[in-house]
Amino acid sequence: MAASKSQNARDRSWMILLAHENLEYLMYQLTIEAGKTEREYWRDLWKYRELFYFLAWRDLLVRYKQTVVGVAWSLIRPLLTMLILTLVFGKFGKMPSGGVPYALLVFCGMLPWQFFANALSESGNSLVSNSSLISKIYFPRLIVPASSVITSLVDFLISAVFLIVLMIWYRFVPPATIVFLPLFVLLAFAASFGIGLWISALMVEYRDFRFIVPFVVQFGLYISPVGFLSSVVPDGFRFLYSLNPMVGVIDGFRWCLLGGQHSMYWPGFALSVVSVASLAATGVWYFRRMERTFADVI
Amino acid sequence: MIETVITVENLSKRYIIGHQRPKDDGIRHVIEAAMRAPFAWCRSRREQKERQKEEFWALKDVSLAVKQGEVVGILGRNGAGKSTLLKVLSRITEPTIGRIHLNGRLASLLEVGTGFHPELTGRENVFLNGAILGMSREEIKNKFDEIVTFAEVEKFLDTPVKRYSSGMYVRLAFSVAAHVDPEILVVDEVLAVGDVAFQKKCLGKMEEAHARSRTVLFVSHNLAAVENLCTRAVVLEQGQMVFDGPAKEAIQFYLESLRGNGTASHSDVIDLRCSAGRPAKYRPQLKRLELFDGDDRPLRGTIPAGGMLKAVIQVELEKPCLNVDAELAFYTPSGERVCTAHSAYEPLRNHKRRMGEQIFLCEIESLPLIPGEYKIHVGLDIALREVDCVEDAAGLTVVMSDFYGTGVLPTQGVFLLNNRWSLDHEKEEVMP
Repeated sequence: MAASKSQNARDRSWMILLAHENLEYLMYQLTIEAGKTEREYWRDLWKYRELFYFLAWRDLLVRYKQTVVGVAWSLIRPLLTMLILTLVFGKFGKMPSGGVPYALLVFCGMLPWQFFANALSESGNSLVSNSSLISKIYFPRLIVPASSVITSLVDFLISAVFLIVLMIWYRFVPPATIVFLPLFVLLAFAASFGIGLWISALMVEYRDFRFIVPFVVQFGLYISPVGFLSSVVPDGFRFLYSLNPMVGVIDGFRWCLLGGQHSMYWPGFALSVVSVASLAATGVWYFRRMERTFADVI
Repeated sequence: MIETVITVENLSKRYIIGHQRPKDDGIRHVIEAAMRAPFAWCRSRREQKERQKEEFWALKDVSLAVKQGEVVGILGRNGAGKSTLLKVLSRITEPTIGRIHLNGRLASLLEVGTGFHPELTGRENVFLNGAILGMSREEIKNKFDEIVTFAEVEKFLDTPVKRYSSGMYVRLAFSVAAHVDPEILVVDEVLAVGDVAFQKKCLGKMEEAHARSRTVLFVSHNLAAVENLCTRAVVLEQGQMVFDGPAKEAIQFYLESLRGNGTASHSDVIDLRCSAGRPAKYRPQLKRLELFDGDDRPLRGTIPAGGMLKAVIQVELEKPCLNVDAELAFYTPSGERVCTAHSAYEPLRNHKRRMGEQIFLCEIESLPLIPGEYKIHVGLDIALREVDCVEDAAGLTVVMSDFYGTGVLPTQGVFLLNNRWSLDHEKEEVMP
């Protein structure tokens, strides 16, 4: 009796072992066929998830190798821009500040904008600068622009520390709405990622974007409500103005960080969200469509 | 049960070659032209694209089935489609027609050091490259020491890779790739980089993979290595598979196809009667030279190093003579004599008086020359005095073969020695 029981147990463990092995065996089966690579792609993204981290880690490391000032550079840039914008718009232009120190106002707009601008420039270039990887090794190419956006996110977090310093300096206590901040960060991430995908895919075929992107970024700095409040835009145009995805993001940042007189223009915000969502969705679609030709064209 | 791990069915890959487009391209001009006359622009664009497209089929209807544990060599000239086949297998580019079915993880080594960033240190690059090749962080951490020991760069782990010598770089890069340990390994001409010691290490690693029933696809121009490692080989020519069979035969087929359009001096039957290489003072008594390989097949100008050579020399003697000898001499292209085969050295010589047509048969069991080009001189001696000769009667190309059974051959010198090495056991002092 006892013998057959242990025999059963042994058989069962063999079956489990076999099943496990078969599962692994099944996991490694792969069919490559023209036009039929969709299903495997999303599985591969999960399989290669560590590459998101590694590529971002590599970019950050390389940036600060052989530098003396090092990490401080990611603080100096927003700081200087903030000083200049405060001077120009606040002191000279005497624009309304909604009851908070102008510098703080500007910095709250700077933070998401710098994230977006850096992410856009780096992810736009990412495919082309990694061309040797793309033509020699297989991994889901979506990881390349995504990891550039992650690198910019790290810069963003470092600058956010400076925001805290600034708030302490002005003895400013942020309102309770600060809990919504992560949502707006996510929105900024989606906007950068969406446009980044478009630009990186287009850049592979048309290298013109190398010149277009810095121009758009510079232009955007003045068009977006970074140096001023979006409430200065005349009411008639405010809705249209919100087509710029960063308007919604920056307004949101100001609203949840500064509160008080900085109310949200909700219709505009809804438009920005729609614009971000469609950018991200179409970005993924276009990228996936062009991806199969990357290795041949790059 | 030995299962099939790679199944390639009717694989074809097409590239579109764009010819020189007119200068007005680039987004700015495109937008300008589109704005000005939309319909005309669309039409002209379409027409332009049609005119300037040319199709290039890098692979045409390739089918292949590889079983687990096989080491398959892929041979072919440059441009035959070998690298394209590997790229499609590695999913770097999509097939145009056909499908591939894989049973197991595939890792490919198309270029050594892909993903290495010159600014990062050796240690950082091992992690980066390992991740790019598909290893998880845990795996890399576990294998880290092995990888570093194999590459012999322990001392230099923390210097940026841009400071490494090319040998160190290539060793570290290969070491990371070799430890990925996939079920199917695809290697593309990696042996072309690095010195002999490195090549031996590479081959050793691939042999190890074979011993552990991993499947290996190996593209190389190093025929010695292919013969040594592979049991089976496939020859590609202009995108099509023209041969699939045992490695030795595939190599033979490949070499013959190379020499298919050889010059007259590389044919197997050489007419010596009116040859330009004959000094004017001699009367033509040498008639014909025929060359064969070890299997009595006509030799078409190429012979593997250490291979057997058989020659048939036909002479027409004008008068009866005693002590007639024939000679085959091998020269380098610069005119230095390398070795001689002379019938006078044959202990079983027949000393009868002869006249008229004579046929000399020469059998060289193993021609141990270093791979390269050689010229053959033919001579006729009577009583050890030369009465006729033809210089540069035929050309011979000695190609790499697996003479030593290790896949590598020396590149300098003239001869391949038959030698054996071992360590003196009595003087051994083993490290604790």
